[in-house]
Amino acid sequence: MATSSTGSSDIALSTETIKSTNKLAFWNFVVAFAAFALALPMGAYQVLERSGMFPALENAAVYYASTSTHGVLMAYVLSTFFIMGFGYHTAVHSLKQTLWSPRFAWIGFWISTIGVVLAALPLLTGHASILYTFYPPEIAHPAFYIGAAMLVIGSWFWCVIMVISTVQWKKANPNKPVPLIMYGTVLNALLWLWTSVGVAAEVVFQLIPMSLGWVDSLDPGLARVLFSETLHGIVYFWLFPAYLVMYTIMPKEAGGKLFSDEFARIAFLMLFIFSVPIGMHHLYMDPMIAAGWKLLHMFGTFMVAVPTLITGFSIIATMEIAGRLRGGKGLFGWIKTLDYTNPVVLASTLSLLMLTVGGWGGVINAAYSLDALIHNTQWIPGHFHLIYGGTTVIMYFAAAYWLWPKITGHQLFSNKLVLTQLWLWFIGMWITTMPWHYLGLVGQPRRVDTVQAYQQAEELVRSWDFSMLIMNFGALILLVSGLLFVYILFMTAREPAISKADREVSYAEAIHPPLHVPTLLNSLAFWNWAMLIYLIASYGYPILQFWFIGTPESPAWGI
Amino acid sequence: MSIHIDPLEKKWIIMSAVIILLSWLLILYYASVENIHPPSNVEVIDSARLHLPSGVGGGEFTEDKLGLRKEPDGTLVVTMVAARYGFYPQHIKVPINTPVKFRMASFDVLHGVLIPFSNMNTMIVPGYVSELTTRFTKLGDFPVICDEYCGLAHAYMYGMIKIVPKNEFKLTSEAH
Repeated sequence: MATSSTGSSDIALSTETIKSTNKLAFWNFVVAFAAFALALPMGAYQVLERSGMFPALENAAVYYASTSTHGVLMAYVLSTFFIMGFGYHTAVHSLKQTLWSPRFAWIGFWISTIGVVLAALPLLTGHASILYTFYPPEIAHPAFYIGAAMLVIGSWFWCVIMVISTVQWKKANPNKPVPLIMYGTVLNALLWLWTSVGVAAEVVFQLIPMSLGWVDSLDPGLARVLFSETLHGIVYFWLFPAYLVMYTIMPKEAGGKLFSDEFARIAFLMLFIFSVPIGMHHLYMDPMIAAGWKLLHMFGTFMVAVPTLITGFSIIATMEIAGRLRGGKGLFGWIKTLDYTNPVVLASTLSLLMLTVGGWGGVINAAYSLDALIHNTQWIPGHFHLIYGGTTVIMYFAAAYWLWPKITGHQLFSNKLVLTQLWLWFIGMWITTMPWHYLGLVGQPRRVDTVQAYQQAEELVRSWDFSMLIMNFGALILLVSGLLFVYILFMTAREPAISKADREVSYAEAIHPPLHVPTLLNSLAFWNWAMLIYLIASYGYPILQFWFIGTPESPAWGI
Repeated sequence: MSIHIDPLEKKWIIMSAVIILLSWLLILYYASVENIHPPSNVEVIDSARLHLPSGVGGGEFTEDKLGLRKEPDGTLVVTMVAARYGFYPQHIKVPINTPVKFRMASFDVLHGVLIPFSNMNTMIVPGYVSELTTRFTKLGDFPVICDEYCGLAHAYMYGMIKIVPKNEFKLTSEAH
């Protein structure tokens, strides 16, 4: 590494700093992957139960407790803890400075962890079977909402540390571009702060008071609008680190360089600004929002496709550079020469393939006039399992395989098994989600524990049979693959130690590493103001309206 | 200060912009010319008092008003209540290729309504009236499915709709 875009690569981190960061990253990952390991068999159970082919499994109460727990653990716990662990590691190693207050980070970790345990108790005992979107006026046990709020509040500690670390670095390195991976990480922290406001307001002002009996009614319409403010930004909060692995780790692993640093920054900023104020496309089918607002959010929703299109271009171009450096010739020859035995390269490739199809499905969901076809059908779980479970989580696996030896000091257990695991996840995800997309198109609703109940529509129900059979195989493959992932991490602890050089952390460089970037591509303050204005414009009136349209409120209902 | 943008990137940006612009125009066309909008009537109602003639929005959803009726201008209107765990009325019969207006309200929690192979799909949020107008284009019996989780027996919540040829359709009960 002759020159560095940060100009600070010569600064060595103290062993003490590296050790304490590794510990922080490790324990965040442990919670993340423990949640994953617990939620995974539940997912498989739900598929088998719902298929109706195993009557012994059928039980609505267990199914909805399982679905609620699976959703909370996968979508909130796995993602948040993975992102926190990865972010702490990134902040220290990319900025080459000590973490601002590891103590503060541990406080956040414990608040979130205790929150998860608190929420898990009612979830597992069937007292919070309201699904991970917890739509009132059905009300769960208060411990569920308090636990969920603690998880979010703990994650804000992480956000604060990411922002302070970046600001400190910018002060010490005036006019230098923030390292690309850190710029993305801090934007993601800010994205999460902005987007979690909606759900936090819903939980703190509506759900906790209602579940404790402090108030006896609420407006479910307001609750849905507040939740929608979180519901789309959160998806990009999960996806962002997956993109960061592709932009800043994959190029080097593939043996090449990133196609463009500036283009990546533009994509990150667009992800930040366009992913939050567009959540109302989740409410297209809701009666309490006027059509004009939905149309407005439709425009923004399509805009968020742009950074994904940019990412697709940049990552494929980056792979092409690596493939050609490895001797690939001709228009497509470079595809063959890429090193698919490298977990990060393989996962990035498979992730992009899933993103292409999943993203196309997302465009259907975003289409103002097409949404009625698929809203709340099985298409929707098909879509988000492909995008989150597939595209995103496979990159979490890749990041874990890349990081685990560095933070534990042990050689990764069996690269062959690692590749098998990634392939199985990819194959299992297609076999599970393709039937779901199809079932949605032919009218199967999501969130039902059985489809055998629609007896009078026998012909329709029979037409679902084949897809319902196929999905079982997909779910079992995913179960095997997911367990294999956890097994590999476990077994790595028994492997021989690796050298200090192999534990070095460095990130990919662009072909033209920028020495300076325009202020707008390096700033945070400007974009926060832009976000505030955009949010007020898109959510101001739709939230305010609930104070004067005079909705008669709803009482609490049990499950 | 300028930034380095590769010529290939410039082409890709233009392509992306064209894709987004075309998508917007297509949706705007269907919204403005074909008048396709999601159900969005923003109309409040007291869900806890649907059965009473008084209160906010009261009277429209009392038991005797539920079902299909014809408005003075000839529009067919279905007034329907969603409540755990069913749609009331449970059976509806409407003619094919005829606009039918649905007016729906929840008696308790969140529900949704989905009729396969049609664009009948909306949320039913307590406190609000859901209204949408649609035309059915396939003959036969279809389930009217609740498509939002509403409790442990959610999967059992459905009604039936029969789409019949226009000449076989006769309104049995007159407008109230």
